[in-house]
Amino acid sequence: MEKKFNRENILDWVVNNAIIVVLIGLLIVIIAVSPDFVSVRNLVNILSQASTRVIFALGVGGIIVAKGTDLSLGRQVGLAAVISASLLQSSDYAYRMYPDLQVLPVIVPILLVMVITCCFSLANGLAVSKFKVDPFIATLGMQIIVYGTTSIYFDRPPYGAQPVGGLDKRFTNLAQGAINIAGDFKIPYLVIYATITIIVVWILWNKTRFGKNIFAIGGNQEAAIVSGVNVFKYTMLVFGLAGLLYGFGGSLEAARIGSATNNTGNMYELDAISACILGGLSFDGGIGTIRGIVVGVLIFQVIAYGLSFIGVNPYLQFIIKGLIIVIAVAIDSRKYTRKK
Amino acid sequence: MADAQTENKGKDYILEMTGISKQFPGVKALDNVKFNVRRGSVHALMGENGAGKSTLMKCLFGIYHKDEGKIIIDGKEVDFVSSRQALDSGVSMVHQELNQVRTTRIMDNIWLGRFPINGLFINEKRMYEDTLEIFKNLDINLDPYAKIKDLAVSQNQMVEIAKAVSYNSKIIVMDEPTSSLTEKEVSHLFKIIRSLRDNGVGIIYISHKIEEIKKIADDITIMRDGQWIATETVADITTDQIINLMVGRDLTNRFPPKTNEPGEVILRVKNLTSVVQPSVKDVSFELKKGEVLGVAGLVGARRTELVETIFGIRQMATGEIYLHDKKLDNKNAETAIRNGFALITEERRSTGLFSTLDVRFNSFIANIGKYVKKNKMLDEHKIKEDGDWVIKSMSVKTPSPTTLISSLSGGNQQKVIVGRWLLTEPEILLMDEPTRGIDVGAKFEIYQLMIELANRGKAVIMVSSEMPELLGITDRILVMSNGRIAGILNTKETSQEEILRLSAKHL
Repeated sequence: MEKKFNRENILDWVVNNAIIVVLIGLLIVIIAVSPDFVSVRNLVNILSQASTRVIFALGVGGIIVAKGTDLSLGRQVGLAAVISASLLQSSDYAYRMYPDLQVLPVIVPILLVMVITCCFSLANGLAVSKFKVDPFIATLGMQIIVYGTTSIYFDRPPYGAQPVGGLDKRFTNLAQGAINIAGDFKIPYLVIYATITIIVVWILWNKTRFGKNIFAIGGNQEAAIVSGVNVFKYTMLVFGLAGLLYGFGGSLEAARIGSATNNTGNMYELDAISACILGGLSFDGGIGTIRGIVVGVLIFQVIAYGLSFIGVNPYLQFIIKGLIIVIAVAIDSRKYTRKK
Repeated sequence: MADAQTENKGKDYILEMTGISKQFPGVKALDNVKFNVRRGSVHALMGENGAGKSTLMKCLFGIYHKDEGKIIIDGKEVDFVSSRQALDSGVSMVHQELNQVRTTRIMDNIWLGRFPINGLFINEKRMYEDTLEIFKNLDINLDPYAKIKDLAVSQNQMVEIAKAVSYNSKIIVMDEPTSSLTEKEVSHLFKIIRSLRDNGVGIIYISHKIEEIKKIADDITIMRDGQWIATETVADITTDQIINLMVGRDLTNRFPPKTNEPGEVILRVKNLTSVVQPSVKDVSFELKKGEVLGVAGLVGARRTELVETIFGIRQMATGEIYLHDKKLDNKNAETAIRNGFALITEERRSTGLFSTLDVRFNSFIANIGKYVKKNKMLDEHKIKEDGDWVIKSMSVKTPSPTTLISSLSGGNQQKVIVGRWLLTEPEILLMDEPTRGIDVGAKFEIYQLMIELANRGKAVIMVSSEMPELLGITDRILVMSNGRIAGILNTKETSQEEILRLSAKHL
């Protein structure tokens, strides 16, 4: 059959690539309002801001593929940020949480918080796969529990509820540093960490038994069970991996911002889950790609950055973001309904 | 173990199940059941829905844990607590509900739970080659990279069968493996089964289709109400005996007497073509008052699409539908219902049942507009009355109207759904495979209902893949082939052969 370039075909293309269309549309609007938007500096900024977010989205993305969700993401990020920051304040800072603490190698607190968030996340996994608590409920409960935990850790003598600041240069440089190439063009370290994380998670998803099994569990749990898949084990693993990523990203987030409070990370789960959904993951489970998640996060970051750049009222930005999610997914689901 | 062996001395059993009991809250699902399968034989397991066949197999496969009894495989007592252990011990199963991960590829499904690993990574190449090898041995022509969701139901079923075979099991359980296969595919499956049997595999074959069992099985065990009833050699037992043992009473006739008299034409369908192809193409026919019209055809003949297009849930591109010479526009299910149509869908579980809700809710839901009182509240009294009417007139076996529908047997669920649609007082009842997966006794009752409806001046269109019921219950048979009409036959004057010949007309 001859391929014709008519209205029907264009409509099909739009429907099949709804998310890219949304991105391009918004970009056009932003660039039309402010042509300076196209600059190397902005590109670098967007990429470095998207870096920690993509790490979080990759964590919750696996859980969504396995037909779960995780509302405790943001609070776990906050916990990781506060603990890692508290252990990495510079020795000459006056309000140190641990005045007598020795100077630690940077990697130690980061690994420590990864273990901590991994434990909280495994508790989510246990509630979901062993005690059959709906993931929404289990992680909603965990969200509140983690917030309480972070707040107790954060708000105590000698200085009370003060932002944990004065971070060690070695630590902040980890997130704020960059390899300078030429002029504005530089590669932030954050982008490098994000790229490595993307590659590692891509391999886990596409090349290992773990990946195949979480798709199977999300696509049809019954089928996975009768095929001999250990659903408990892989559910725990997918939550555990998410916890590790939250811990890693959370400490980078503290280093990026340069301080942390018990409100750091608040509502990050909404951005991460939205980005996953924009990227084509389905809440029905069993569907999703790493590429989709990365694209979803980038769309979100471009929109957020671009709208601020052209000076859109921040409250209006919320409304626009919300609309984009719903409209993009509505167009996207037409792919499936049109078949009939 | 010693007892069982002495008892079964002289016979080479690959599987011995003795004294199996399983209690669920409120029901004794299995009561001291015995079931022995000879090495290298096909053993049919029959019984009405709710007889306990599936429960027995789930106990064997480690999905349920038996309360009492012994399971001996190849002389060794086993006690599985997971499917994994069953698979590892040489028991595999083709599940009745196709248990597949629809979003992934064929080969991902086949090797799920035992992916070939190269160090840390999945060996995709080996997965692909091994899948091809299995398909080649079984003469299946499918691309291992194809997604499960893009396959036809019958192809999915072949994939499941290939998967079960690929475990190199000693025992393979096939639970209704032919439910959506065409005649040709069934004979292909039988060829596979025979070669497995000749290699010493014990095959447990669960089916409602007696004709098939007579063809393929060596032995037969019949269960009823959770109990073992009989084990016989298939060659020594007649169809009538099997049915009698299953229902526990004489059932001399599988079909009720055809007392309905078709009258004048009430429905005319002209040149119906649906929008999204491949689908129905240029279909025209007439339906008479008091008539039962069968729709026959192979899988992929677009029979379901035909009734769905008439019912308005598939878009019509061209064509006209006249009811009593009045042109209709069934643009969705709501208008179709208002115009006097009712559709009983093929997939009871996914498009018929509200399984988390009770029998009463499932009875009145399609008719809900009729219960809204002037003050916009629902008429609870009328709802109760109608729920009771459905249970009584369809003779639904349920403890009470507030029992969850999911706890009833398949046949009783189907009766509730038929009752639901009768409450809307339809003139045209569209039934898509109304007796699929329900037992002989319940089938008879559904047939009776159809004849009764026809007697009351309604018209019934029944899509069916079962030749005996098409020939036994309809007045005329519309044969579809590849989306087109291949012919409309008078049931009295036609034969199975003629229907099959027409089914292949437009292929």
